[in-house]
Amino acid sequence: MRLDGYGRIDRSVPVTFSFDGKSFVGFQGDTLASALLANDITLMGRSFKYHRPRGVLSAGSEEPNALMTVKRSGGGDPNVRATVQEIFDGMQAFSQNRWPSLDWDLLSINDLAAPFLTAGFYYKTFMWPKPFWEKVYEPFIRRAAGLGALDRVHNLDRYEKAYAFCDLLVIGGGPAGLMAALTAGRAGVDVILVDEDVQPGGRLLAEDECIDGVQATDWVTATLEELEALPTVRVMTRTAVTGAYDGGVYGAIERVGHHRATLGGLPLECFWRIMAKRAILAAGSIERPVAFRNNDRPGVMTAGAMRAYLHRWGVVPAQNVVVFGNNDDAHRTARDLVAAGVHVAALVDIRPDVVKSDAYQVIAGAVVSDVSGGRNGVESVRVTTPNGESRIQCGALAMSGGWNPTVHLACHMNGRPVWNEDISAFVPAPDMVPGLRAVGAAQGVFSTHGCLRDGAEAAVEVARELGVSATETALPEADDTPYALRPLWAVPHKGRAWLDFQNDVTVKDVTQAATENFRSVEHMKRYTTQGMATDQGKSSNVAALAVLADVTGRSIPETGTTTFRPPFVPVSIGAMGAGAQGKGFAPERKTTSHAATVERGAPMIEAGLWYRPSYFPKADERTWRESCDREVTMVRDSVGVCDVSTLGKIDIQGPDASAFLDFVYCNTFSTLKPGRVRYGLMLREDGHVMDDGTTARLDETHFVMTTTTAAAGQVMQHLEWVHQGVRPDLDVRIISATEQWAQFAVAGPKSRELLNGLLDESIDSEGWPFMACGAVSLMGVEGRLFRISFSGEHAYELAVPSRYGDSLYRELIARAEGLGGGAYGMEALNVLRIEKGFITHSEIHGRVTADDIGMGRMVSSKKDCVGKTMSERPGLSGAEREQLVGLKPIGAVKQLTAGAHLFERNAAPNRANDHGYITSVGFSPTLGHFIGLGFLLNGRARLGETVKMVDHLRELETLCEVIDPVMFDPDGGRVRG
Amino acid sequence: MRITCPICGERDIREFTYKGDAVALDRPAPDAGDEVWDEYMHLRDNPAGVTRELWMHSGGCGAWLVVTRDTVTHEIVGVALARDVEGAVA
Repeated sequence: MRLDGYGRIDRSVPVTFSFDGKSFVGFQGDTLASALLANDITLMGRSFKYHRPRGVLSAGSEEPNALMTVKRSGGGDPNVRATVQEIFDGMQAFSQNRWPSLDWDLLSINDLAAPFLTAGFYYKTFMWPKPFWEKVYEPFIRRAAGLGALDRVHNLDRYEKAYAFCDLLVIGGGPAGLMAALTAGRAGVDVILVDEDVQPGGRLLAEDECIDGVQATDWVTATLEELEALPTVRVMTRTAVTGAYDGGVYGAIERVGHHRATLGGLPLECFWRIMAKRAILAAGSIERPVAFRNNDRPGVMTAGAMRAYLHRWGVVPAQNVVVFGNNDDAHRTARDLVAAGVHVAALVDIRPDVVKSDAYQVIAGAVVSDVSGGRNGVESVRVTTPNGESRIQCGALAMSGGWNPTVHLACHMNGRPVWNEDISAFVPAPDMVPGLRAVGAAQGVFSTHGCLRDGAEAAVEVARELGVSATETALPEADDTPYALRPLWAVPHKGRAWLDFQNDVTVKDVTQAATENFRSVEHMKRYTTQGMATDQGKSSNVAALAVLADVTGRSIPETGTTTFRPPFVPVSIGAMGAGAQGKGFAPERKTTSHAATVERGAPMIEAGLWYRPSYFPKADERTWRESCDREVTMVRDSVGVCDVSTLGKIDIQGPDASAFLDFVYCNTFSTLKPGRVRYGLMLREDGHVMDDGTTARLDETHFVMTTTTAAAGQVMQHLEWVHQGVRPDLDVRIISATEQWAQFAVAGPKSRELLNGLLDESIDSEGWPFMACGAVSLMGVEGRLFRISFSGEHAYELAVPSRYGDSLYRELIARAEGLGGGAYGMEALNVLRIEKGFITHSEIHGRVTADDIGMGRMVSSKKDCVGKTMSERPGLSGAEREQLVGLKPIGAVKQLTAGAHLFERNAAPNRANDHGYITSVGFSPTLGHFIGLGFLLNGRARLGETVKMVDHLRELETLCEVIDPVMFDPDGGRVRG
Repeated sequence: MRITCPICGERDIREFTYKGDAVALDRPAPDAGDEVWDEYMHLRDNPAGVTRELWMHSGGCGAWLVVTRDTVTHEIVGVALARDVEGAVA
């Protein structure tokens, strides 16, 4: 219920929202949790395993219980923590993990079956019969257990990522963080202050106390005003730092849109990478519950949370409350509740020697050992003292087992926190993350005064390290009450006492894990699933390992903590991968001929990131094969045009350019005359083939290399490596020019006729023999012409600056069509090259050597080159290897398939008898049957032999004849024509 | 992780491409023998401590770098241009 005169919400702005279909009203400044409590809703969810009714445990991002599905127009998210989610008009919240309703959940029968569902029950129970696991057990368990469900609709929300840089990152805007940012900011240090809450202030927003004689919240407001005015300070709210990484890099998630009814173009979340020279961890602390029977009932929450709901949101869960704790902070809750007019039925403190109060009954040396009530709240608690038991009526219970410093980020680089006996908690050790120091409550300093002092001192130190002089300004006066506690983790009693609320792990589970010899904290964690839920055990891990320490007879520091890993709070995959969804993941590279190609109805296929035409269908063609066959024949008979701009083009210049090429290619380029092109084969240093292509020598010191489309990036990187890392002695410069030039193959007997109508000066066989290259001018544009051929026909490649690509392509197609030719696509290109035995990366797939593809003699014996030495190793050449061959089926209509394996004619088609495989196939309209390229054991010596192709996947079997890979025009008369 | 490129300055790890141990810089002579080449190509130390690695500033200037890094702490001790590193001449 809401109390008048309390809370820092804006009561002039009511906000209407719904929960499980029922409409409620809260106020601006409410979280979903506070608004529901204000409306007397205490039952907020069902637990993971036992489907126990649950209320809200905390008031912060550590919340394990109150997880909900939140929907807004156009989207929604499951597993939203109600303690973090701000309400907005029209918000729809739904409870999770219940059926048919939150009040009547059928699977709460699990709770009755609890004796059988203890730690490790999956491993023990669902062992037999084995086939039942996949079909019966797993689907059932998956349906029964779990949190919210995805709506299975494609996520259309926008996410962003961003980078930020600073000298000092202050993580957390409580008293320590604010004071650190203020001190550093005043000295001119470049500061980013990050706070996960709606506004900085931290615990000060949740307390009733004074700083410098004014309400602490007023001090926060004044401090923020000063920070905003400082030119070097940036304050980021609703932003949680999620991880600390190498080199001063911090990840952070900003909730940009979660609190808005409509996003209006804003992203839902933004994932930040913050680069900081120094960091101050002022992340505060998290209160830990005490484990006792039924401590998970709705209406039981941490004492600090109850105080936060009172002061920040003006909400109390009941009019009659019991407070139970082991430390002085619990007394503060009792005092504040009484001051607000709430009846505190009793303060139960395990310590025998505590200060009594006039305002409420203090039961010292006692514990709460059980909670009675229904799914909608607490009815009474049982108090156990050395003298006996009594039952106290109350509507809610506040509990406090002390506070754990929020050490997580300090541990993200594998450092382990150290045990501080005084506060019975782990604190960060110095330098666990280089450049990061923890201050205030995160370091175990709990008083406001201590936090302010800690923050200021750390900021002065950081400033000094950064070479900035900072003076510690006078500290504001603030509360400095010491914090004293007596450790209490679990109240010994029969019945189930919860440690991990979200994963339903009880004291008994941890004890059982130890009994079954899962004594290491990491084993216990995995056996019980303690701390493995979405809250990562923020409020339960320390208590669980304390219980483990107790049952194994070790100390807590001996028992140790589990590993702290990012992220500190859940981060959506959408935010992590912002910008990389859909086309952001695989951008499209389009050639200059793309528009003209699409206009002609060509289906496009992806070649890496590039889009290339598959074939150009004519109106009367019903299958791609008809188009492909026509295009192949067209190139063989007249002329075809194809965009080959996607091949890598690398410009190589310098006095040592030819020496460099001699070193990166296995064959020789220094002997190549200017104005000529040569085919080159490039090896990896391990002696296998890396790539191939033609390189043109434009003049003495200027070459243009082409690479395959697929390997363009790899080859560029390789060339840079060889130059910078292996041969920096060579004076040469290398740059990629792939996108600067549009290049078109003009192939076929009529190719020269076509060009001669287009070039400003006509060409002939003498001036432009096969493998010639040089500058040409066409319609006044300077271009380059290469007489090279990937089809085996008399062919050219014509290159112009990219800006002329579109118009040149259209011009070439029009002229080709005038000569009875036209455009051809990748399918025809592939058939043409297979007919000629030309290889692609289907053949040079990374495991073949120059000898395997019949080019062993290209590896020059007269010079060193990359890969030469290793290519000479035994076993990389000769008859013991699978060698490139051509294949044709025996029987005209038989099909060959790429990926099929080759066997001796009468051998059983198994792995032991494997003699090779097929890499490329196509139907050759020129030859009238299927053709293929493949690798066959000792293949070059087996021409004419009949082998058996078996495609185990497609269940095909065909006898093939082994033939020379050059299946058409073997003496190359056409290419020279 | 951040790498300070000697040409471009400190940059995010996403701008760089990893190649492997910097031993690749010490390419043996062609006639150095099988053992030397075997070592150069295939044998790598896996130290818990300081190691020299090759990275390319592929999203930046294209420089190949020798990054000296501690595999235990991930601390980067030094960065040099591969072309300036001793022994990088065939």
